[in-house]
Amino acid sequence: MPISRRDILKSLTLTAITGSVLRVIPLEAAEYAHRMVRAERAAAVNQIYAPKFFSAHFYKTLQSLCQTIIPSDDQAKGAMEAGAPEFIDLITSENKEYQVALGGGLMWLDNTCIDRYGSAYLDCTPQQQKEILDLIAYRKNAKQDPSLGQGIEFFGFLRKLTADGFFTSEIGIEYLGYIGNTFVKEFPGCPPVPEA
Amino acid sequence: MQVKRTPKTYDVCIIGSGASGGTAAKVLTEGGLSVALLEAGPPLVPERDYKEHVWPYELPHRGAGIGGRARQGLEDEFLAPNGAWEIEGEPYVAAPGSKFRWFRSRIVGGRTNHWGRIALRMAPVDFRVRSHDGMGDDWPLSYDDVAPYYDKIESYIGVFGSKENIPSAPDGIFLPPPKPRCTETIIKKACDHLNILCIPSRLAILTQPHNGRAACHYCAQCGRGCITASNFSSSQVMIPPAEKTGRFTLITGAMARELVVSKDGKIEAVSYIDKASREEKRVHARAFIVAASACESARLLLNSRSTLFPDGLANSSGVVGRNLMDTVGSDGGGYFPALEKMPAHNHDGVGGMHMYLPWWKFDRKNDFLRGYHTEFGGGRGMPGVGDYDDLCDEHEGYGASLKQECKKKYGTYIGFAGRGEMIPNENCYCEIDPSAVDQWGIPVLRFHWKWSDNEIKMAKDMQETYREITEAAGGIYLTATRPDGPNPHGIADGGVIIHEVGTVRMGEHAKTSALNQYCQAHDVKNLFVTDGATFVTNADKNPTLTIMALTWRASEYLLDQAKKGNL
Repeated sequence: MPISRRDILKSLTLTAITGSVLRVIPLEAAEYAHRMVRAERAAAVNQIYAPKFFSAHFYKTLQSLCQTIIPSDDQAKGAMEAGAPEFIDLITSENKEYQVALGGGLMWLDNTCIDRYGSAYLDCTPQQQKEILDLIAYRKNAKQDPSLGQGIEFFGFLRKLTADGFFTSEIGIEYLGYIGNTFVKEFPGCPPVPEA
Repeated sequence: MQVKRTPKTYDVCIIGSGASGGTAAKVLTEGGLSVALLEAGPPLVPERDYKEHVWPYELPHRGAGIGGRARQGLEDEFLAPNGAWEIEGEPYVAAPGSKFRWFRSRIVGGRTNHWGRIALRMAPVDFRVRSHDGMGDDWPLSYDDVAPYYDKIESYIGVFGSKENIPSAPDGIFLPPPKPRCTETIIKKACDHLNILCIPSRLAILTQPHNGRAACHYCAQCGRGCITASNFSSSQVMIPPAEKTGRFTLITGAMARELVVSKDGKIEAVSYIDKASREEKRVHARAFIVAASACESARLLLNSRSTLFPDGLANSSGVVGRNLMDTVGSDGGGYFPALEKMPAHNHDGVGGMHMYLPWWKFDRKNDFLRGYHTEFGGGRGMPGVGDYDDLCDEHEGYGASLKQECKKKYGTYIGFAGRGEMIPNENCYCEIDPSAVDQWGIPVLRFHWKWSDNEIKMAKDMQETYREITEAAGGIYLTATRPDGPNPHGIADGGVIIHEVGTVRMGEHAKTSALNQYCQAHDVKNLFVTDGATFVTNADKNPTLTIMALTWRASEYLLDQAKKGNL
């Protein structure tokens, strides 16, 4: 059986206790243990996700919306590749308010598309999809057409959760350029500000 | 049902394992006394409980917690086990018209497991407020009485900082401070321009190896708990040396219910609920230190009624539960275009601010009494859930422009947190609720709260200052507050800053205070209360360092009394 991270952490702690009054783990050992934790978790992430709340149709709609909110471009992949739909489905499956806001919101979108274009959102043409999203992506549109209010509320919430899902992913964090979460001996301070 | 007692009588029984209880345990056991410590929560196991260095995408909920409930706030998934605003089965009540929130801890180490590590000394004037401006009361001791204990505690736990000779912010024994981050550099520059003091902060984090603990490795994650114990927590720095003496017994899952008084008016035991078995048990000792956090300590005393002490223990003065104070808090933040130009770089640093703004207007007359300090932070931190809410609302739309806007604005925000002194008032107190009990059958607290004008004027000054600094740095101040409503000028609700103190205050006179300057009850000689409850005032300095210094002093006094056979 391969040695588990718990075994390692346990043995580290025991050695540390005999050597010192305090529960201290040497830096290098801690770093090694953390790498193991990371590898373990990464392996678990690579499995195919089965939606827990949304039906197949609405999960596909969710995926499409996520990817439209934060699309793939030449710098980085989009929200779908970053796992935003999985994240959103998971927390929605555990939260009754989210189930109403997002489950109901997706149905509102389909209903509205059927009223306007004769088909559900996913079956609309790209032009029609853009048209309806352009209407519900801005609060000011509710002033002209109050019947958009629910759609705007839904889309505003989905936009935040999509951003959460994207920017907390490996893809999103790399895209932002966050550098850190590491062990350094000395903090280097602020680098020189480049001249404009 | 039979009450079970441990056969042994300990020298001292401590209730609570946080900043105060941990300090008392270390000093007393090292001084040769046998100590039993009761903690209402479970043990802490860093290698199991800490999520240091975990990325958000390594957790299925990305840090948002089950159902996304922790998208914002203090209870995100990464934080060290520490405490919560609501504890199931252990309610508290706010009186009608009062808003008060109570963050409680139920774990070894208490709230030190993820506190801000801000370790500020109170200034000489902070102990002499009534003499200075006529409001509140003076402490029964002076800065000079406490200074040697500030020295001891800083030397032991390790605090970084710099010598500045500022009257409102006394220097301590400091490790070297870390270099400023970009956010700190630009705020410092703006402050210099405005003649506002901005100096290296003072945090209980090790910038050098110290007393057997490794130096900080600058991952900015102190709040998650530190597996190398490079920051201070009671669980990792105070409890282990107590354990090493062989004179220390830790009893976890033990919810103290009542202190039991003997016929001669001394405390002989503490009755507690063993949470695992739901049985009532007792620990006997010669002296008791109550360090359960200010409001829990007051609750325990008020619930300890007897024929000798019908109004609760140490309460002949009636002050127990009174003089409840928190810190005046008002936060704000802005967008700093200058930060857009910064290349990607490691901005992490220690888990907290590298610089802060001590109170700087001590040399002039202001619209309000007392003062505040300012904590600030921001920049290119590890992205987390909820970080993009405001940007999404402001930018709206979707697609490439939203994605690019997020990247452009990443790391360009700086937030300020004003932390000021509240003057105690008669409308702020806690008492035993006449009807409710918790799941252990223990009567719960009811809180009363009202800010006075002085605090609201202080919050106004905070908002004005943060706007001024932001604009001086070329930024746009984004916080909008109203002068009226439930939170004028953004003042936080009572309890929200988690600096509640004052409920079992010390003083020279037994008629107006519960404790003497050694934290010993005027009414009961073998009873000490050593946590924030002892505070006479709540200076703008975060209370933890002073709690530990006062506990160290009280513990030495207790050791001395024990040697003289006075226990």
